[in-house]
Amino acid sequence: MGDWKTPANLRYAETDEWFAVDGDVVTIGITDYAQDQLNDIVYVEFRDAGDDVDAGDSFGEVESVKAASELYSAVAGEIIEVNSALEDSPETLNADPFGAGWMVKVRASDLAPLAGLMDASGYDAYCDSR
Amino acid sequence: MSTELLQPLIYDIGSPGRLGVNLPECDVPKVELPAALMREELALPEVGEVQVVRHFVKLSKLNYSIDQGMYPLGSCTMKYNPKINEDAARLPGFAQLHPLTDESGSQGALFLMHELQKWLGEISGFPAVSLTPAAGAQGEFAGILMIRQYHIDRGEGQRDLILVPNSAHGTNPATVTMAGMDVLELPSNDQGNVDMDALHAACEGELRDRIAGMMITVPSTLGLFESTILEVIATVHDAGGLMYMDGANMNALMAAVKPGALGFDVMHYNLHKTFSTPHGGGGPGSGAVGVNEKLAPYLPGPIVEMVEEQPPRTPSPGPVPPSVPPLDGGRNSSELGKGSSKSPLSSLGGDLGGGGVGVRDAEPPLYGFVMPEKSIGRLKAFHGNFGMHLRAYAYIRVYGDSGIRDVTRYAVLNANYLRAKLMATYTVPYPRYCGHEFVLEGHFADAEDVHALDISKRLMDYGFHPPTNYFPLIVPEALLIEPTETETKAELDEFVAAMEKIAEEARRDPELLRQAPHTAPVRRLDEVRAAKELVLCCAPALPH
Repeated sequence: MGDWKTPANLRYAETDEWFAVDGDVVTIGITDYAQDQLNDIVYVEFRDAGDDVDAGDSFGEVESVKAASELYSAVAGEIIEVNSALEDSPETLNADPFGAGWMVKVRASDLAPLAGLMDASGYDAYCDSR
Repeated sequence: MSTELLQPLIYDIGSPGRLGVNLPECDVPKVELPAALMREELALPEVGEVQVVRHFVKLSKLNYSIDQGMYPLGSCTMKYNPKINEDAARLPGFAQLHPLTDESGSQGALFLMHELQKWLGEISGFPAVSLTPAAGAQGEFAGILMIRQYHIDRGEGQRDLILVPNSAHGTNPATVTMAGMDVLELPSNDQGNVDMDALHAACEGELRDRIAGMMITVPSTLGLFESTILEVIATVHDAGGLMYMDGANMNALMAAVKPGALGFDVMHYNLHKTFSTPHGGGGPGSGAVGVNEKLAPYLPGPIVEMVEEQPPRTPSPGPVPPSVPPLDGGRNSSELGKGSSKSPLSSLGGDLGGGGVGVRDAEPPLYGFVMPEKSIGRLKAFHGNFGMHLRAYAYIRVYGDSGIRDVTRYAVLNANYLRAKLMATYTVPYPRYCGHEFVLEGHFADAEDVHALDISKRLMDYGFHPPTNYFPLIVPEALLIEPTETETKAELDEFVAAMEKIAEEARRDPELLRQAPHTAPVRRLDEVRAAKELVLCCAPALPH
């Protein structure tokens, strides 16, 4: 396997977002594997706090010197907080994707979709196969 | 980072009062400009002719161009631009023609546009063509607006989804969004084709009545012919959608496959790719669109039509109009025509034999500008980028039907030759025959720190323009290589040798690649800083 980090306590989507659950609040970001693939990230844009998202909806986008990608929420709910510091310093996503690089917090109306996502070992195997 | 300039700005090399030209005395009545439009200061460079020439020659020596060497920039078809195109474009009758000249005074230009419409239609199998879009993206925009209006006119305005494969050019989803519709992205299968299960699911599921159409590039951006294209087209048509072909890769199809005959409803051409008009450095581009009968009434206008048939010729004592030879210049007719008496492009120049386009005194114009009945409207001032129509006309005219077929054959042959040669050294993710371009993976399992970008930069040291990198997005570390038809075997072999050398360097001295280019006028550019610290210096707009 490659040398990316995959914390054990998170859930992972095939579109390379991670999801951390605290009560009914789900924090979302992109994985170390994703930031490595994207290379230097130069721009992020998120929907506004207060917006509702459906499961599978885009909550923003990220752009690197290589590519632009949509960001998807696996859960439905209200975006209650946005990490707007990333808009001025998107390189934080390369440096600390699981910490200071968190993107949005969603108050989820239903946590069930997270059960359908991958755990850390499943995500590692998925990345290895790509 | 150094801010030293490789060549000073032209504003900084002049001195007050120095002149490059002596303007003749004004020979028309002078008119005072309105005071509101007058500026006290207007910074123009004050330089002599020789300074201007030296300035731009020095700049040109910092550049890399197709006139200097191979330019294998995949998806862009950076083919050599024959100089005869430029001769044609400089003919005074064209170069000095004002776009507002009335139709009776511009019959030659209209005739040329009419012929080009017809030839592009013949090459692609479409009965109607508009030359007006300014470039490929505007051609796409025109195509999707036509599809949208077609559905609205049929009372099916709810059709607002356009299917787009995940290998598509980024302009495709952008076009859909600009046209006020939504994208439904389709995955690709392990052969690089559209995933048919996903396509059937989209076209036969609950979204069926919202499918407006599909945009697809053939061959795909992986350089692969969509081997299930007929089923793709039938599936989308069954759902009530129309098919748009992105013609960026037409260099692999000319005189071999007609998109109209496959069942496509609309496509755009990139005259600046396939038809050898200048590409890059400001072009400008030219993105004609071709359509079938369903969409012909919606074409962007104006298009050129024969507004009055030429009257029967009567014997006249006056000078006989010069006769124009058939397009193929009398060379052997195409082998593709065996079995039928008509070659695939036999209509190219078919009605040219009748004796030219002379406009005789007191007769109405033969050709005129027409807005199609339900036109989506104008996309561009005047008539599109006419200078590019002229060059594309010259290109098709010089090659003729058998030559156009050879363009495609050699483009495909060259790409497959490179692919086969490089397979031993690089990973080729889709090891099947390609069209005019192919994808490599620009990384090595035993040289982890080397990326596609490093290989591209190192190629510059070997005298080649880098290929396209990191596109298509579905291939990791993609290098998209398109040699075009004009490279010789010797050139291709040199490129292979450079790529093999770089693969060896990647293992032996990866830092050499990571620091490349070493011989270019500037070293590795800071792409992150360039993307984040925009230096924009636009003067404020003048008040209207």
